[in-house]
Parts: sequence; C-alpha cells; structure tokens
Amino acid sequence: MSLSMLFEAWRAMGANRLRTFLTMLGMVIGVGAVIVMSAIGAGTQAKVKESIASMGSNLLIVLAGSMTSGGVRLGSGGVQTLTIADASAMEELESISATAPTSSGSAQLIYQSANWSTQVTGTTPSYFQVRDWEIESGYPFMDSDVRGATRVVVLGKTIAQNLFGDEEAVGKTIRIKNSPYLVVGVLSKKGQSLDGRDQDDTAIVPITTAQTKLFGSQFKGSVRFIMVEAVSDKVMDKAEQEMAQLLRQRHKLRESAEDDFTIRNLTALANTAEETTKAMSLMLAAIASISLLVGGIGIMNIMLVSVTERTREIGIRIAIGAKQRHILVQFLLEALMISIIGCLIGVCVGVGGALLVQKFFSISVAITQSSIMVSFLVATGVGVFFGFYPARKAANLEPIEALRYQ
Amino acid sequence: MEEVIKITNLTKNYHTDAGEVCVLKGVDITIKAGEFVAIMGPSGSGKSTFMNILGCLDKVTSGSYLLGGQNTANLSRDELAELRNHVIGFVFQGFNLIPRQNLIDNVALPLVYAGMNAAARKIRAKEILKSVGLEVFGTYLPNQISGGQQQRVAIARALINRPKLILADEPTGNLDTKTSQEIMQLFCDLNEKEGITIVLVTHEPDIARYAKRLVNFVDGKIQHDGPTHLVEKEPA
Ligand SMILES: Nc1ncnc2c1ncn2[C@@H]1O[C@H](COP(=O)(O)OP(=O)(O)OP(=O)(O)O)[C@@H](O)[C@H]1O
Ligand SMILES: [Mg+2]
Repeated sequence: MSLSMLFEAWRAMGANRLRTFLTMLGMVIGVGAVIVMSAIGAGTQAKVKESIASMGSNLLIVLAGSMTSGGVRLGSGGVQTLTIADASAMEELESISATAPTSSGSAQLIYQSANWSTQVTGTTPSYFQVRDWEIESGYPFMDSDVRGATRVVVLGKTIAQNLFGDEEAVGKTIRIKNSPYLVVGVLSKKGQSLDGRDQDDTAIVPITTAQTKLFGSQFKGSVRFIMVEAVSDKVMDKAEQEMAQLLRQRHKLRESAEDDFTIRNLTALANTAEETTKAMSLMLAAIASISLLVGGIGIMNIMLVSVTERTREIGIRIAIGAKQRHILVQFLLEALMISIIGCLIGVCVGVGGALLVQKFFSISVAITQSSIMVSFLVATGVGVFFGFYPARKAANLEPIEALRYQ
Repeated sequence: MEEVIKITNLTKNYHTDAGEVCVLKGVDITIKAGEFVAIMGPSGSGKSTFMNILGCLDKVTSGSYLLGGQNTANLSRDELAELRNHVIGFVFQGFNLIPRQNLIDNVALPLVYAGMNAAARKIRAKEILKSVGLEVFGTYLPNQISGGQQQRVAIARALINRPKLILADEPTGNLDTKTSQEIMQLFCDLNEKEGITIVLVTHEPDIARYAKRLVNFVDGKIQHDGPTHLVEKEPA
C-alpha cells in the first residue's frame, strides 16, 4: 500500500462528490450518535457514581417501624421505636464503626434580612463520619453539645451561601424558629443526591437540641432513623444481622413478633442504581451502533454501485497487469477512506452534539476517550467488513468480461 | 529464432443462451521473436477472440498456447497478470485509457502493478510519452486529446514495461488514414529498431502491408499464412 494508492482512492472519492458525501453522512451520523449517546450514558453514570460516593460508604440505614405489617406500612411517624440509646448500643458492635441517630423537620433560618426554609437535621457528631462529610470551615459540634443540647448549627454550603453570601458564616448567630443558634461550621459541597435533591441544602444541629428545643418530641429520646456505617463492605450482611439481633433483643420482641424496625442497605441500593444506569448507557450505545451499521450498509451499497460502474476500468487495470490483491486493496481503501473520514467528521459532530446537549438540556455528559477510540475501531471494521465484498467482487472479475462491459 | 508464441490445435467455445458456439475451430500457428504479423479476415471470423487468448485475457477451450515456451494453461491468475504486465503490451481498438487519470498516470499504470516507486514511474512515463511525441500533453486527460493521440498514449502504455510482444486489435480502426499511417510507422520502428514481436489485427490491406507476415482467418480457422508481399491487394 503506497501513498499513490491512497491518492488514487481519494481521487475516486472526489469523482462523485455528492454521492461520496451522502455515503459518508451515514457514517457521520452513526459515529456521531455513538459518541453523543455514550457521552450521555457516561455522564449519567458519573453523576450517579458521584451521588453514591457523596452518600457515604458502607452505609446502612435503620428506620423506625416495620416495612410492612400485613401489607400496611407502619409509618415511622406513628411508631417511635428507635432511640438514641439503640444507636449507641449498635455502635458497640464489632462490624459497625459509627452510628448517627437522626431526626429532622423543616424550619426557617434567618440571618439579618435573609431567610431560608430548609430541612433541619438533628444528629450526633458521628453523622459527619458516616456521611463522609468534610467540614469546610469551622468545626462540627461535639458530643458535649449533644449532651448539653446547645444551640449550635452546622450549615450546608447552599444555606451558607444563601444566608451569608461572601460573608464568613462561622461565628455568626442565626435564628431558627426564633431562637438564636451559633454557626460553628460550614460543610463542604456534596452536590445532588441520587433522587436529585440538593444535599447541601441542609442545617445540622445536635439531636438533643432538635428534639427538645426545635421540634419537640412525643417520645423523648426516640429518633426517625439511624444511619450506620459498617466497618467494611464485606461485613455489610453481617452488620445487618447483628443489628437486627441486637435491636430485637433491646426492644424485647418475642420470637414470633415482627421487627419493629427496617434495615436498608443503601450501598446495595446504590449498586442497583449504578447497574441500572450502566445498562441504560449500554442500551443507548447499542441503539446508536445500529445507525453505524446502517452507515456501513450504505458504504457497501455505494461500493457495489461503484464496482459495477467501473467494471471497464477494472478490466483495463487487470489487462495491463493488476493482480487480484491490487484491485482488492484499491476498493478496500476507498471504502476505508469513506468510513474513516466519515468517522473523523462524526467524532467532531458527536463531540459538538454532546456539548450542545449538555448546554441546552442540562444533561451531564462525559465524552470518553474510549468511546472515540471504539468509534474509530468500529468505523475501520465497518469499512473493511462492508468494503470487502464489493472489493472482492471487483478483484474476481474476469479480464475479458470486464473489458467487454458496456 | 526463439518461438514467442506456439499454438497447437486451439479451439474456443462460447456459452450462449442458444448453446455452445464454436468460434475458433483448431488454430495452429507459431510466431518467432521479431516477427511482425498482421491478421485479417471477415468480421466474426474470430480474430479478436484469438487476440484475447494471445493476450492472456481469455482462456482456451482446448489445445495449447505456449508463450515464451510456457504453457499458459498451467499459470495462475496472478502469474498471467504478471505476463500481461511484463511480457505483453496490448493495444485496443477503443484505446481503453482510464478517463479520470492524466496521460502520465495512464501510461505509468503498468509500473504501479510492477511495483515501481512513484518518482521512477514518473520519469519513465515522461520518457515513453516523449518517444511517441506527446511529452507536452503529460497532464492532459484522455478526453482532451485526439483519437490518434489517445492511441499513441495507449501504445506508450503498452511499451512502458519493455514487453517482448505487442498485440494490437484493430489499433487504427477508429483513426483516419494519415493518423493510421503514423501509428503504423510507430509499430514498424518498434519492430525494426527494438526487435519487438508484433501481432496486429486489421481490416485494411494498406495497414496489413506494414507487416512482414499475413495470417488470414476465415470462420475460426487460418485459411492462409504467408509473407505479406506475396498477397494480392484484396478488394476493400
Ligand atoms: N462473449 C461472447 N459470447 C458469445 N459469443 C461471442 C462472444 N465473443 C465473441 N463471440 C462470437 O464469436 C465470433 C467471433 O467474434 P470475434 O470478436 O472474435 O470476431 P472478429 O473476427 O474480431 O470480428 P470483427 O472483425 O468484427 O472484430 C462472433 O460470431 C461472435 O458473435
Ligand atoms: Mg474484432
């Protein structure tokens, strides 16, 4: 294969520009679609991964009330079976590294003339560990704050920005339900949760403060749920079992009685979500590949036409000494050139398209190197695969018949 | 003298919808190196069929064709391609140039298949174009020059690999008398100065007279074979 053969293929392509362009368009659309679709798939996947990571790792959640009881879900509002003491007891288990009992409610936060309504969460300092949540400035509140039910608050990034703007929040006093609270820390940004909520739109106070001073509680010491961090991902199941056993014991449930709590493995849930998005992006890529296939068929079609049209030329070439491989390579090169140039343009169109999708539909996209590389490989494969049959047909022409062809 | 072509009892059948058609019905001929042979005969007598077989473009039905002592029946497709490339130069009535390529590229095409590099091809192509008097037209396309010039280009292409044998099927069939004479003069020079063996089909006795030997085909057989100067001028 020499440069002049490439040039030859280029010239043949140029001989019928509109036709070459239209054939190429098939490849352009195919490759473009693959790139856009896989960018959307990868973007979504990355986003889900990020949300999952932001949740905290090896996370279990214990909800008050059993999931179902004769088909009726017992709402956690009615049954207040979990307590702060349950949380402390569970923390002693070998498979569990931290627990954070949590109660929350909504409240309005006011700083000077700015105000913001949000979910206020009452919990213990281990919450920050369980959620893998860094404090950006200031400090988290302490166990002593929990014991003393002090009026301190740690703000999520969104709230800090909305109440304070560029001002430093730590050390300032805000009002929650008309009582003054000292801002001791601001959390780092976490972004969206799996269900699309802004996780940074939150304010965190000691659980005792929440229960006694903010929301009040019918059952003192009871919590809505407890977040639990297992020691590692390998002991998740063990932790679940041990927790259930401990809680049944603590709640003095009889052998036959149902659990009065529900344990959810959030990490497992997250994995399912991840699998789902993976499947989705695979499906997107598969659908896009079909257009690539159609593009390939277009190439084959046009190459067959081209071989028929140029039968006489092929005859001349064979008559003056072209061997089979010369003709084969000539037509394969043409098919390859169409598919590779189409692929190049397709990559540009795809990248541009993906960026447009991101801009106008605010879908997060991730253009991956591998999708571009795979597109190239597939386009080359398509060129060879769909170019081979017409090229072989040309190479196998009988010289005298090809020369006689009108 | 070395035998370039030795044909014994050659037949050629064509399959048609109407059944087998026997076009060549037992041809025997030997052509030695340096000969200049003209083939004549009525239309449909099998001259072109015979030439195509000589040019290794078509296969024999039975009988044998030795080219330079080699039985062509035993050669593979690619070996035949090599013979067409190196040993034979074929000149067609319809020129058969490649329309979208300029004259240099057309002339150089056999060299591409011979594996010569681009720079050397160009030099050789220009040289051979010059020898047929067309050096200034190198970058023209075939449809930008006259028929006579196109046939010169086709001859240049046939000559570029220095073949031993030139086969020309009615090379002057599409040309006027004067141009035909020029082309024939070219063939004579090649035969006399370079010693190239030439076999040429024509309908015109004036053209045939340039050759040294005349072979007459009638109905798929050689009816007459002898030196040109002994043949009477046939009525046109
Ligand atoms: N591919 C083919 N299939 C069937 N018959 C063919 C084929 N090619 C040639 N023939 C027949 O073979 C016979 C000889 O044809 P050929 O072309 O060799 O004649 P020719 O002597 O060259 O005639 P002309 O002087 O007109 O060129 C003709 O009757 C023709 O019909
Ligand atoms: Mg003929």
